[in-house]
Amino acid sequence: MENNNHLLEYCLRLADTSLILGQRLGEWCGHGPILEEDIALTNIALDCIGQARGFYTYVAEVEGINKTEDDYAYLRDEREFRNLLIVEQANGDFGQTILRQFFVSVFQFYFFAELKNSKDKTIAALTEKSLKEVTYHLRHSSAWVIRLGDGTEESKRRMMNAVDELWSYTGDMFDMDATDEALIKEGIAVDTKKIKPLWEAKVKEVFAEATLVVPENIFMMSGSREGKHTEYFGYILAEMQSLHRSHPGAQW
Amino acid sequence: MVAVQSSISNLKSLIGEITDPEVPVITIAELGILREVKDENGKIVVTITPTYSGCPAMKAIENEIAEVLKANSIESFEVKYTYSPAWTTDWLNDNAKEKLRAYGIAPPEKTSSDKSVLSIHAKEKTCPRCKSTNTEMISAFGSTACKALYRCKNCREPFDYFKCH
Repeated sequence: MENNNHLLEYCLRLADTSLILGQRLGEWCGHGPILEEDIALTNIALDCIGQARGFYTYVAEVEGINKTEDDYAYLRDEREFRNLLIVEQANGDFGQTILRQFFVSVFQFYFFAELKNSKDKTIAALTEKSLKEVTYHLRHSSAWVIRLGDGTEESKRRMMNAVDELWSYTGDMFDMDATDEALIKEGIAVDTKKIKPLWEAKVKEVFAEATLVVPENIFMMSGSREGKHTEYFGYILAEMQSLHRSHPGAQW
Repeated sequence: MVAVQSSISNLKSLIGEITDPEVPVITIAELGILREVKDENGKIVVTITPTYSGCPAMKAIENEIAEVLKANSIESFEVKYTYSPAWTTDWLNDNAKEKLRAYGIAPPEKTSSDKSVLSIHAKEKTCPRCKSTNTEMISAFGSTACKALYRCKNCREPFDYFKCH
């Protein structure tokens, strides 16, 4: 039973991270700086929401009390969400959205590459599928980080601001707690200690090409695993859940 | 039993003829979206797999499958999703690729295991109209999750490229 709770918690974290990133990217719909990027960001959002749906469906199966994916997305409050802190951060300008995407995509790329070997067959299948999509997201965001970082004075200044804005939320991606530890023992979860050096090396490599400086000795925020959030999160939920809460059971 | 077998394979080919809502020249069987049709104690279970996790065409495909089954007087059925094995463009055979090309969509050129698809520097694709390789990518993301947008510098026409996945 205890391990079932850990599994539930673990999958909820994966689902919530994809959902909130998808929601944030979806805010760009109709607001992209150019049509191609409007389409790109919303396509990535669609992948994220698709990934979230797969994980929520599995969460519902594990929990086994006849909940649906909508119950998790629309009827939980702030402290019940377990998404990584970085995905709820403000979109800012296009550069900041791209940098957030890049940090998350690098993480997901290495994390999913490990998690697809999970002993939990459903997690392995959902992750293997997601990894293909994440690979494309990573390719896209890396190219933009380089283009904007090594671009004009203006684009570089904006990317440097974005680094300052987001860097302290990157540490939270690698935090682990009892849930991670219990599931690592079972061969279900990923040990993020193994992911961290890979993430750092990739960020360093792309930043070098983008002529951006990797910050050092920055205090890292944490708390996503306990459902702690930043100020932005309540506003995201308000927008995302208002329709469903005003019209309970509303279907598309 | 033989009759049941033959009706299942008949159903499978009928369902397999459903075309993709976004790319109406190829069928869900050719795309590899249709994975299995079987009889589970009198209930017909159809298993499909999404191309991309968030592909919005899945619901439309599910509805069309239901239509085909109902038209064949089958009331007890279920459409299930599977994620493994993960969908890949490697499942498209040469015939399906040719249909894409004739429709104006450049088919995936490499296999998904080719590491060059990971490169941020996109390789040039062949124009489905004039066959020129003098083409350039306009947008990494296109009108649907499975496509990117290109332009032919020879015949000047833009075209969709079915991404290698």
